[in-house]
Amino acid sequence: MAELLRRNGGMLADGLVDHLVLTGIAVGVGFALSLVLVLLIVRSRRLAGPIIAVAGTLYTIPSLALFAFLVPVTGLSLVSAEIGLVSYTLLILVRNILAGLDGVSPDVVEAADGMGHTRLQRLVGVELPLALPLIVAGLRIATVTTIGLVMVTAVIGQGGLGQVMLRGFSLRNWDLVYASLVVMVGLAIAADLLLVLAGRLLTPWTRRRAA
Amino acid sequence: MDAVVAWFLDPANWTGTSGVPNRLVEHVILSGLAVLIGALIAIPIGLFIGHTGRGAVATIAVGNLGRAVPSYAMLVVFVPLLGLGFPNALAALVLLSIPPILTNTYAGMREVDRDMVEAGRGMGMREWQLLRSVELPLALPVVLAGVRVAAVQVVATATLAALVGGGALGRFIADGFALQDRPQLVAGALLVAGLAVITERAMTLLEQRTVSEGLRGSTRGPTPADLAPPAPPAWPSVGAG
Repeated sequence: MAELLRRNGGMLADGLVDHLVLTGIAVGVGFALSLVLVLLIVRSRRLAGPIIAVAGTLYTIPSLALFAFLVPVTGLSLVSAEIGLVSYTLLILVRNILAGLDGVSPDVVEAADGMGHTRLQRLVGVELPLALPLIVAGLRIATVTTIGLVMVTAVIGQGGLGQVMLRGFSLRNWDLVYASLVVMVGLAIAADLLLVLAGRLLTPWTRRRAA
Repeated sequence: MDAVVAWFLDPANWTGTSGVPNRLVEHVILSGLAVLIGALIAIPIGLFIGHTGRGAVATIAVGNLGRAVPSYAMLVVFVPLLGLGFPNALAALVLLSIPPILTNTYAGMREVDRDMVEAGRGMGMREWQLLRSVELPLALPVVLAGVRVAAVQVVATATLAALVGGGALGRFIADGFALQDRPQLVAGALLVAGLAVITERAMTLLEQRTVSEGLRGSTRGPTPADLAPPAPPAWPSVGAG
């Protein structure tokens, strides 16, 4: 164990940082894009069907196939990896944000209207905060899924810890393979816990009610 | 694009071990067998847990663990034990198919209206009759949603099996990458994506046909499976393998 860390610790640390960056960009961009899509759906409900259908189809396409489509166009690049990773977050995030908004009680919406909120004020000040628990739940699933998928982007040379795993695999160095997996699962669990914590800090009222 | 069409029209790509028909059959057999074995393991356990209410915590733990361990890693982990090839791929895919089926079977059983179970009990039904005639028919759509999620995930991951020495449709993609052969790469991607989408559609149709007659046309809201990603108890939908 100590021997493994001494010899490969640097590689694992680099892999971990790359993994974090790849995941962070994917979830960040995916979340921004999903918010825009949800705003479009909120403006015109008819868009909900097509947007979710497209996101669902993207989600169904196996990752290796998606990267195979992208590589002839965008090459073995960060862009290819991120297009793939972002497209897998869309379905999860759009559905969760929408479900969160739909779960806001009509009474609350009416009260906000009665207080003279504009549509935007109501969305930003009332509906989105109340939707936070489901939004955070979506972010958790999207983040953990993306951390797993980054292992696959190693195939196109953008893999973080996946790269370390591939190297271990080609060298038949199983300790290195398992070490990369342990670090990856640890990262997934840590990210998940952090999001739970962030969600709690952002929604103090949910606990007060429970208490 | 012309090169991809030419690839599909080349008879050499349609014959022998490395032809499209053989690779497709390999892919379907590998995935089908994995989901079948996974379902045979996960559904009885899920039904037992759902019926008795025992072991729920363990079920949820398995579900969460399955979410955190990526499919690709599963394929690599067993290589030292099972070597490269079919047994390794099958073992990995079976393990991969269990969490969504188990989670959804349990969620489906828990969703069953307790009043209906009590009514059955009041009518003098035995426990296994309750399970067979009341709970299972009501839970079936959610159970099958779990099987659908598992199937799409397994079809996607069977593609990755090619990266660890397996056959199936992923071979075209893996070889396309290795040989810088773009037509083959894109053709393989099209085949895999098509198979995944067809699997998803077919399973969705099957699911819709199995909604219990008593529930059909009722004003019941969407099942947790319809809301798969948002609803915490159900599986976060589909592959991403």
